[in-house]
Amino acid sequence: MKKNINIDIAFTHIYTRKKQTMVAALGVAIGVGMYLFMNSLDAGFSKYSTDEIFKNNAHIKIYKNDEISKPLTTDDSSGLRVIINPQITTLSKKIINPEALLAAVKSQPYVTNAIAQVNFDAYYNRGKAQIKGTGNGVNMIEYAQMFNTDKYMVAGNTEALQGNLNGIIIGSGISEKLSLGINDNITVTSSFGIVKVMKIVGIFMTGSSMNDNTKSYVNISTAQQFIKEGPSFVSTLFINTRDANNPEPFVQKLQQLTSYTVEDWKTSNADVLSGNNTRETMMGAISMAILIVAGFGIYNILSSTIIQKINDIAILKATGFNGNDVVKIFIVEAIIMGIIGTAVGLLLGSVLIAIMSNIYMGGPVGYFPIGFELTLFIRSFILGMLITLCAGYFPARKAAKVDPVEIFRK
Amino acid sequence: MNTLIEKTSIGGLEVVLSTRNLGKYFYDPVKFKALDNVSFDAYEGEFLTLVGKSGSGKSTLLYCLSTMDTVYEGELYIKGEKITGKKPDELAAIRNENIGFVFQFHYLLPEFTCLKNVMIPARRLGKYGYEEIEHKAYEKLKILGLQDQALKPASKLSGGQQQRVAIARALINDPAILMGDEPTGNLDSKNSAVVFDIFKEISSQYGQTIIAVTHDNDFAKASDRTIELADGRIIDQDKKDFE
Repeated sequence: MKKNINIDIAFTHIYTRKKQTMVAALGVAIGVGMYLFMNSLDAGFSKYSTDEIFKNNAHIKIYKNDEISKPLTTDDSSGLRVIINPQITTLSKKIINPEALLAAVKSQPYVTNAIAQVNFDAYYNRGKAQIKGTGNGVNMIEYAQMFNTDKYMVAGNTEALQGNLNGIIIGSGISEKLSLGINDNITVTSSFGIVKVMKIVGIFMTGSSMNDNTKSYVNISTAQQFIKEGPSFVSTLFINTRDANNPEPFVQKLQQLTSYTVEDWKTSNADVLSGNNTRETMMGAISMAILIVAGFGIYNILSSTIIQKINDIAILKATGFNGNDVVKIFIVEAIIMGIIGTAVGLLLGSVLIAIMSNIYMGGPVGYFPIGFELTLFIRSFILGMLITLCAGYFPARKAAKVDPVEIFRK
Repeated sequence: MNTLIEKTSIGGLEVVLSTRNLGKYFYDPVKFKALDNVSFDAYEGEFLTLVGKSGSGKSTLLYCLSTMDTVYEGELYIKGEKITGKKPDELAAIRNENIGFVFQFHYLLPEFTCLKNVMIPARRLGKYGYEEIEHKAYEKLKILGLQDQALKPASKLSGGQQQRVAIARALINDPAILMGDEPTGNLDSKNSAVVFDIFKEISSQYGQTIIAVTHDNDFAKASDRTIELADGRIIDQDKKDFE
């Protein structure tokens, strides 16, 4: 009861105009609720598509890019013109001295995991049936750690490949098309003409047909044999870092270690990310528009309160309330509406998120990818309050400018 | 900053409010001089009425004196301090502490009880704690014979009672000056008499100055002094000559 007189007046206005307060608060609640829900939806979806990327991509990879022949330098003063047809001059995709580079990369404090990989073009045969794909020579235990391959194994396991130079893990698509199961033999031919009969020790299914229909894993030395290379041949280094979302500074640091191309996942998947950004912008704009409309609700209700209470404002100013006091009274009213509205809105958003996260989408997606994110709750709260404050400030300033003499002389 | 004017005193009474060559124009619809060279002094404990025909400028003068209207020529002094040229916030603080207002209409906040309405200016002043203000407000209502109505909402009272609550509100900070704009304009003769008696008591017993605009001749006649305006000029300020 001993509160400030301005706050007391504000609370009394709110209390005696419950209906209008509730209408204004409901507007904010719907705005904040939809903002939270739509952005959670978007965040969940972005996270899902990023996770899809990380099934096969490390945060950063190092590989030897194709080199283009450069013109021979000519002395311009000689007047001699050299006509050049630029061509790819790469003889081999080999990374020289991969062990040293891998060790150097692993010693970086921000690197959490790094592995070497040997890729080759593979043809999977059974009788006359043939499927074209890619073989990946990896240290399977390290690879599984990095890409969570164990999660996608539908038959056999990743450990079975360890030390088994004749073993292979294939995608479920290959297994289906060639009707080969675990422990069956599969003929693998490389583009270098090497043919090997291998034993299937595992089958994986990631949900992405591009992977499931083409990919296989073998030991690194087996892969080196397929491309007729020695044990020091490595085509790609995969590196995971502490912060997947900001790989750029790490790329710069790693580039100082090697002359090979260092590329982060964002560069490799720019198309997916630009899709994410477009969706984020759209969702953000729509949900922001809803929130702003809610702000107009508060603006309207406060404006009508001020018109109704103009006599009260005049007498308050006559008895010594200054412009600031009047602004405070109406800002406090806006804040009360905002707090009620934002709280209800966060609750509403949570309920929507909870309902949505229980919807089963089937297939590799499973339940709808949406979750509770604290940062989004904080952002929704701050935005809700900010818009309420803006919507309250303008009518409040109008009230502060009421000229009491004009009212009393009527 | 505070230009102190010479303190004139008549019979030991101090000047509470004074004007020097007050002038004011209205521009709408045409340029028109509403106040012309108005100079007078109001003394401590004086019951002063401003009279004149409609359009004579008496209300305009009151609103200039009230510090709410700041667009005028000349100078205004309250308790020796120059008011003219002060900022709106300073004027609000001066009104809060030194001036109480009673209008034709009561202007009570309808959602608040009578007691809370009376307390508002004191809570703005913040000189006393909540309980103390509550006690003071109760005392003021008692003086005005409204102690039984203290906890009723202001909107539930009769017109005469509401006007008395408004007077209690005007008196809560013990202001040096009480200003009234037709304070009895909406009241019947019985309630007018009650309000007049209250004003008389305030000025004589508590030494507060009253400046009231009125068109009620009986009210004006019974006051200590009457200033009559015509066309924005003071034409008479001696009670004895007033008819």
